[in-house]
Amino acid sequence: MFRIHVFLTALVCLGITGVGQALGQQENVFQSDIRSLFAQRCIGCHGPDRAEGGLRLDLQSSSFAELESGERAIVPHDADQSELMRRIQSDDETIQMPPEGARLTTEEIHRLRKWITAGGKFSNHWAFGPVKNPPMPVVANSAWVSNSIDQFVLAKLERKKVRPSAEAHRSILIKRLYYDLLGLPPTPDEVESFVADQSADAYEKLVDQLLRSQHFGERWGRHWLDKARYADSDGYEKDRPRPNAWRYRDWVINAVNQDQPFDQFSIYQLAGDLFTDATRSQKLATAFHRQTLTNTEGGTDREQFRVEATFDRTETSASIWLGLTLTCARCHTHKYDQISHREYYQLYAFFNDSNESNATVDVKATANQEFLRKSDLHRKEIEEVNLKITHQKKKLQGDIQRWTAEMIVQAAKESRIRFHPADCVDVKSSSGVDFDQKKDGSYLAKGRVADKDKLTLVLKSPSSPLTGIRIEVLTDSTLPGNGPGRAPNGNFVLSEMRAYLGSDPNFKKDVIPLRFSSAEADWSQDKFPPSGALSKQNRTGWAISPQMGQPHHLDLFTATAVECSNDQYLQVVLDQQYGGEHTIGRFRILTMTGIDPLRTLPDQVSSSIRQDPSTRSVQQNEVIADYFLSQHSTTASLMKRRNHLRDNAPTVAEMSVRVMNPTQRTTKILHRGDFLQPEKEVQPGVLNVLANANTLGIPNQDHRPSRMDLAKWLFSPQHPLTARVTVNQIWSHLFGRGIVATVNDFGVRGDFPSHPQLLDWLAWEFSRNMSWSRKKLIKCIVMSATYRQSSVHRADVVKIDPTNRWFWRQNRWRVSAEIVRDLHLAASGLMSKKIGGPSVFPPLPTGVEKLSYANNFKWKTSPGEDRYRRGMYTFFKRTSPHPNLVSFDCPDSNTSVLRRETSNTPLQALVTLNNDVYLEASQAMVKRIYRWNLASDRDRLKMAMRICLTRQPDNGEVGRFLKLLADARSYYQQNEADAEKMTARHPVDDLSSTENAAWIATLRMVMNLDEFIVRD
Amino acid sequence: MNTEGSANGCQRLFETGPFIENRREFLNSTASGIGMAALGSLLTEDGLYSAVRENDDKLPGLDSPMTPQPSHFDGPAKSCIFIFMAGAPSHIDLFDPKPVLRKRHGQPLPESMLKDVRFAFIKKGNALLQGSPYRFARHGESGLELSELLPYLGGQADDLLLVRSLHTDQFNHHPGQLMMQCGRGSFGLPSMGSWLTYGLGSVSRDLPGYVVLTSGRGSSGGATLWQSGFLPSSYSGVLFRNRGEAVLNLRNPPGLPAELQRKGLDALGDANRQRYREIRDPEIAARIASFELAYRMQSAAPELIDLAGESKSTRESYGLDRKEPKNLGGRGKQGDTYQSFARNCLLARRMVERGVRFVNIVYASWDHHSNIPTELPYNAGCVDQPIAALIADLKQRGLLDSTMVVWGSEFGRTPLGENRNGKKEVGTGRDHHPFSFSMLMAGGGIKGGSTYGATDDIGWHSTENRVHVNDLHATMLHQFGLNHLHLTHRFQGRDFRLTDVGGKVIQDWIT
Repeated sequence: MFRIHVFLTALVCLGITGVGQALGQQENVFQSDIRSLFAQRCIGCHGPDRAEGGLRLDLQSSSFAELESGERAIVPHDADQSELMRRIQSDDETIQMPPEGARLTTEEIHRLRKWITAGGKFSNHWAFGPVKNPPMPVVANSAWVSNSIDQFVLAKLERKKVRPSAEAHRSILIKRLYYDLLGLPPTPDEVESFVADQSADAYEKLVDQLLRSQHFGERWGRHWLDKARYADSDGYEKDRPRPNAWRYRDWVINAVNQDQPFDQFSIYQLAGDLFTDATRSQKLATAFHRQTLTNTEGGTDREQFRVEATFDRTETSASIWLGLTLTCARCHTHKYDQISHREYYQLYAFFNDSNESNATVDVKATANQEFLRKSDLHRKEIEEVNLKITHQKKKLQGDIQRWTAEMIVQAAKESRIRFHPADCVDVKSSSGVDFDQKKDGSYLAKGRVADKDKLTLVLKSPSSPLTGIRIEVLTDSTLPGNGPGRAPNGNFVLSEMRAYLGSDPNFKKDVIPLRFSSAEADWSQDKFPPSGALSKQNRTGWAISPQMGQPHHLDLFTATAVECSNDQYLQVVLDQQYGGEHTIGRFRILTMTGIDPLRTLPDQVSSSIRQDPSTRSVQQNEVIADYFLSQHSTTASLMKRRNHLRDNAPTVAEMSVRVMNPTQRTTKILHRGDFLQPEKEVQPGVLNVLANANTLGIPNQDHRPSRMDLAKWLFSPQHPLTARVTVNQIWSHLFGRGIVATVNDFGVRGDFPSHPQLLDWLAWEFSRNMSWSRKKLIKCIVMSATYRQSSVHRADVVKIDPTNRWFWRQNRWRVSAEIVRDLHLAASGLMSKKIGGPSVFPPLPTGVEKLSYANNFKWKTSPGEDRYRRGMYTFFKRTSPHPNLVSFDCPDSNTSVLRRETSNTPLQALVTLNNDVYLEASQAMVKRIYRWNLASDRDRLKMAMRICLTRQPDNGEVGRFLKLLADARSYYQQNEADAEKMTARHPVDDLSSTENAAWIATLRMVMNLDEFIVRD
Repeated sequence: MNTEGSANGCQRLFETGPFIENRREFLNSTASGIGMAALGSLLTEDGLYSAVRENDDKLPGLDSPMTPQPSHFDGPAKSCIFIFMAGAPSHIDLFDPKPVLRKRHGQPLPESMLKDVRFAFIKKGNALLQGSPYRFARHGESGLELSELLPYLGGQADDLLLVRSLHTDQFNHHPGQLMMQCGRGSFGLPSMGSWLTYGLGSVSRDLPGYVVLTSGRGSSGGATLWQSGFLPSSYSGVLFRNRGEAVLNLRNPPGLPAELQRKGLDALGDANRQRYREIRDPEIAARIASFELAYRMQSAAPELIDLAGESKSTRESYGLDRKEPKNLGGRGKQGDTYQSFARNCLLARRMVERGVRFVNIVYASWDHHSNIPTELPYNAGCVDQPIAALIADLKQRGLLDSTMVVWGSEFGRTPLGENRNGKKEVGTGRDHHPFSFSMLMAGGGIKGGSTYGATDDIGWHSTENRVHVNDLHATMLHQFGLNHLHLTHRFQGRDFRLTDVGGKVIQDWIT
């Protein structure tokens, strides 16, 4: 332990001298060394919480002032007169500081002495001061500089007397760009043509091309989804699925692809619901706040978990945009970053002023555009048809008039139809469902819902002469979707309607069945026509989807009029044998007398004909003319086409998603973060340490600050953190570490930036000249010579800067969990390139789903191409995430993650060696290699290695795997059964299974090369 | 008494440390200095010489995350078997006899006691006290008192520490389970086993340092109970299955024999080594080592779960071939739960023998909101014999002194009967109870044959020697020679520890 400590100290010294020139030397020393020492050893007693002896070592004024003891803790430029120095060196236990724990080390004491001697000046924490547009440093080797980034990096390297590394080989550069920007490998052809491209802008062309790729949104969207803690399930015990969560994921992918400016991108997510007339997209963006966990286990207190989710929103937002950890301040004042318990709840109040709600959105980001395009097309088609119809009408004008006149004559001849309420004396349900009779004579089912049913009604003294029976199906609020049916969507199927006449109310004798000749309804479902109710088959019948929630009626006409007497009974049987609860919920039976000769005409047509010609409206004439045309042999198809167009107007597919809505709530400070212990009320407000330089803009004092105000405050030009934190995150995805190495901590205990001026320059450019365009920023970074350096570890610098804080080379790191999968699938040609849509279920090893609570989860493996989608589309169940992802450090989505760990474990080796999808990739890889018709084993192996390594392998490498191929070949020649097993999937046509298996055994090891899954 | 480590020397240097990115780079960067000795020992300890051949001109700074680390001070415990009884067993019926409660069976609780109490399901206006129908008896020389449902454990009484005064901050299952595993009811934190392996590494060469075994139905917490949180996933628990393929992806693909796997790894290793010589990134060497360890695990793990070598008497003592009782309940019965749990206990011993640092046996579920008369005997019958056998077996093999066995859950159950229907009658279940619960410990320097702490007359509140979950963790770490205040990891600007902001070592538990 002791030796490690000495070593640490040595590095600390390096750290001090390594600081840039943006800040005065004094400020640097204070910020990088002194403040953190105070924070760790002193502030607990001499800080905002306690200030023992009147001393606060977080404030210069207090440290320099005369204290209760009469001494001054720090006397500038005079360490010997400073009480602090005396106390930390004293052997007297009654006065020595710190009173507990280890004494300060000699080095720490020396550090303090040096600082006080130099003036002992305090400065504000660098990250809380305004972003400055730094002057360009002067460099000697200006030939190396590609853009301003390099100037800052090189200036530091020259001070350190370290050469930058040479530019990486072209084959590495293209791999690096593909991995970083798309998370996919370039094809051998793409590599070859880039390597061969001699034009000066070859590299830039490639960058632009990749930034335009739709896969860019997937790669960089996934970085954002880590921060947003996106998942497809609730979290906590029951961990229910969130089947629509993916819609937010697609929103992110689309926004990144469209290069939505980062300020807008952020404001939509933070406060999209607060825009006046918020668009669907703005509302959908607030699903960001709905990625919090939901606990639906039995006996939870809803308020507890609402508060918990609000904590999460507050802390996640602070972490993403401010780079600050607020969690400690939830319970008590934050010792180091000067964030008080009260301020935490002021910030919390912004998020507390919201409700969880649902919104209807388009199923795809592009759905609305598509809708407009299709609508336009549709409108044109209809216009065209209408024109033809108008023309035909003119032509057939005479025929139409003649036909109408004839119909009028017909109608006058016969009496009109009348309907009569029935006197119902008995209703029986074969499945025992009860019915209430309503005032209007209708019957309403109640209680248990039967799967199938048969209702038998007995009516007394039917009207005479009986020409038909009408059944009205009616709505009711007690029915699902208001009915009229009892199926979950309000539909029903009347599979058959029968009727009998008799004199015995029990219908035991003298029963006369009624014969029906035709049936009509005001509306019927496709494939469930009125005539269905006359057929005996149970699977046919009359139904009404999608017009549920409205009343409808069905008329059955008797073949001839039936004379009935007053002492007779009519039995009506309503058979509903379709199943699935497709039974009628509310209905009324009417009997019919009289015959209508216009009966065969649609209602609208017959009523138009009956209208006196002198008062007939234009529309009624149109109805008649249209009907005539629809029956006329020369125009029927034209009319049919118009109807078809009308019925198939384009629609926007919609879905419901979880979002936020504004509301107002009283926010109180919660003692120790306990929702049962509210204390003083607070108003929404921002952190004081940041508000000094950048106040929250509100129109007037009466205005209650909202999430929108907070979001805009984050993006005001004076904000010291948002731009710095964001450029640092983006930088870290392109270099493997940030300019501030603690990507998630810009607070006092976080790391000092390795290149403070570069950080400020990037922040300044990003928020101003680049208008928050992420693509511009990324392009700027990847165009730099700094980015293009080789990642080879150089012996000459490893000892001076082992962790590459100065960026004298690029870094190498293993790609993230999803990309490991993507690379294997893409290289083998198995990968589906489909972007977006519902999350998918690639094969899961048996037994994994059992881990979910009480085995409540079933993983239904996706068929077809969904089996081979990119890793980011795998359904993410929080309590039981896919093990292939977890093994490679995929975050668990329960908390926001700004930087993934990159571990290197044997379990990862087992995944890529033995897991089924990886085996399948090697099987498909063999198939892919054989498509090239290459001449020799050596050529085939070279091709496989070019695919995986994106470079030409050397002879030694190829030779080594040729040897493995020979070994595998000799094994499978003697073990054909094993060869059959190896080649069970994706076998190569015309290749023996032994040969095929030998290749699989070889290429799977090529695909396990370190280089393949490492971004060089 | 052991001395505690120095204030700032014991924090492990890892990924997010301010000046050194990780231990691996640290060693590499100082290969000419202090790192060299450590480097040599790492290589021999991990047996990694084979991974990087001597003809390489310079050895990289190889360091597995599981490389054994020195403790802060000497501690007797080397391994831990944590038997996690998810769902919360009734302390009233198993560990904490309450004659007064039995006398007041069927009476309401005074309103004053109920005022600020909330329940998951109990309708408190009409809830009635429910005494335990089970008899308690004293066992062993120490006279440790246990319910008749735990006869086998009674036989090990003199090795057991019974703690009756635990309490927790969490009231629902998942947060409560996180609290017990991670020291706080939040997500994203490392679990106990992660902290222990992070602090101490593991001496097991061919097996993971932190292993999880499950039986019964899935627990509320699922895989979050063995997460490594903000620590690298190397410190996550590795789920072992007790039959078939012990670890996911352990078996070679169908049709690929071990000899070809070996030859393939040789080719892979050669190619990776060549790359290492060009790039000089120590991560490449680490990857070679990972593949070699994976290969060793492929033979070690199946050997581990193959119980053929265990004697008949061992099998019988653990109850490996027991039949499930037919007349009892069993929530979400799996059909082979009794056998599966017994296997897990035996496997835990075999793992400890092979140097595994932390074994977490998760058994679910004890969430008895109803039907205690059939459910509780089923569960108790399932776990009693194998756990007792495990303790006896460890002792007989001389492993108990260095192996800490813990029987614990997320909280206890109410002395009130559950009346979900709101009726004023005694039910058959009990609700969640965070104010008091009990647990058992044995071995690893824990004082056997003793009972610690007490609850009030009806088992409602821990009253005497109250123990917070953080105190339990502090004491467990202490037995491993770790000061819980100094086993920390800096994340997002804060030094986190297993014991959150609390924890005190309970000296009375320690021999």
